[in-house]
Amino acid sequence: MSVPDPTTVGGDVPPPWCDRCGEPARSGPHPACAAARALEPPRFCARCRRRMKVQILPAGWSAVCVEHGEFRG
Amino acid sequence: MPEILDQARAQVLETGVGLDEAGVLAVLTLPDEHLPAALQLAHEVRMRWCGPEVEVEGIVSLKTGGCPEDCHFCSQSGLFTSPVRSVWLDIPSLVEAAKQTAATGATEFCIVAAVRGPDARLMKQMREGVAAIRAEVDIQVAASLGMLTQEQVDELVDMGVHRYNHNLETCRSYFPTVVTTHSWEERWETLRMVRESGMEVCCGGILGLGETVEQRAEFAAQLAELDPHEVPLNFLNPRPGTPLGDRPVVEGKDALRAIAAFRLAMPRTILRYAGGREITLGDLGTRDGLLGGINAVIVGNYLTTLGRPATEDLKLLDDLKMPVKALSATL
Ligand code: SF4
Ligand SMILES: [Zn+2]
Ligand SMILES: [Zn+2]
Repeated sequence: MSVPDPTTVGGDVPPPWCDRCGEPARSGPHPACAAARALEPPRFCARCRRRMKVQILPAGWSAVCVEHGEFRG
Repeated sequence: MPEILDQARAQVLETGVGLDEAGVLAVLTLPDEHLPAALQLAHEVRMRWCGPEVEVEGIVSLKTGGCPEDCHFCSQSGLFTSPVRSVWLDIPSLVEAAKQTAATGATEFCIVAAVRGPDARLMKQMREGVAAIRAEVDIQVAASLGMLTQEQVDELVDMGVHRYNHNLETCRSYFPTVVTTHSWEERWETLRMVRESGMEVCCGGILGLGETVEQRAEFAAQLAELDPHEVPLNFLNPRPGTPLGDRPVVEGKDALRAIAAFRLAMPRTILRYAGGREITLGDLGTRDGLLGGINAVIVGNYLTTLGRPATEDLKLLDDLKMPVKALSATL
């Protein structure tokens, strides 16, 4: 399964927020969150910190931010 | 060989009568050096009373989050500061989930909703969803929608739902520590109605909620008394924001002891790996459990967390020469 790396969701510049815990991530990804994300979808939009609507199917997931659209894995 | 394993061999393996609470406790407290023998015996019991087939299932959340209940392990309770948002799955996505499940060779597809019990909207969504799945996908449909009324039980039977999941989660004595918004007895009442309706009863729980080893044994004995068709065994995956979010995960060896003990308590049940096995057991432990009493798996993703790819589990079953139960064998 391809899970977008939380450090690259926003492009070359690290996104401001951790997509798992929603805390600031300007200084880099949170190691514990990055490890947990191997078996979890994102919950927060890494660009704006909004909680996303996440749906998980047996073979994939989608997460929608009202502002920044849909992410899939 | 510890006495309990000799007793279990004579009683469970030879006659098919499960261990009682004291026997389960003796297995749960076996020293590490006897764990391989306990797993080996549990495997023999499973092969003798269930056979080599493994039942494969996929699950999906029809309604996620926003639950009014307060099960302290659950990221879908609306009472905690969990990041899981409330969302409904539409019917095309539900059918797609069933297709993804069927594509793995699975025979079971369980539709789950995070509710205390179904309301009219959920029952309508179920009716439409189950009909759409049955029209397009060759798979048996199960459901897990919380506590039911007798009318809802009858409706689910009418829709063609063949199995109903409702977990007791933990033993009766520990339940009030984990859930305060409803009782263990209310859950038992739903299970009683499901049993009487002719639907298959699926009932298990989660280990690692802070229960003592004695309470783990109590739980196995209470499940054995219920005698469910299937027992899904979860290991706590501590969820951020929940009251149990900081609990440690169950030790791999304790998880394996529990697998063997639950199998020795319930020689004929479908004992299924459910959530948490990835973090508790890893790949090696997963294999040990399949050779220690487990005879069913959930493949693919879970409700709010992800599983390992179904292909990895199917390859493991193939390596272990355990055939996936076919749909023809379940009808
Ligand atoms: S009833 Fe189910 S969905 Fe609701 S909090 Fe309890 S375990 Fe979670
Ligand atoms: Zn984080
Ligand atoms: Zn956003």
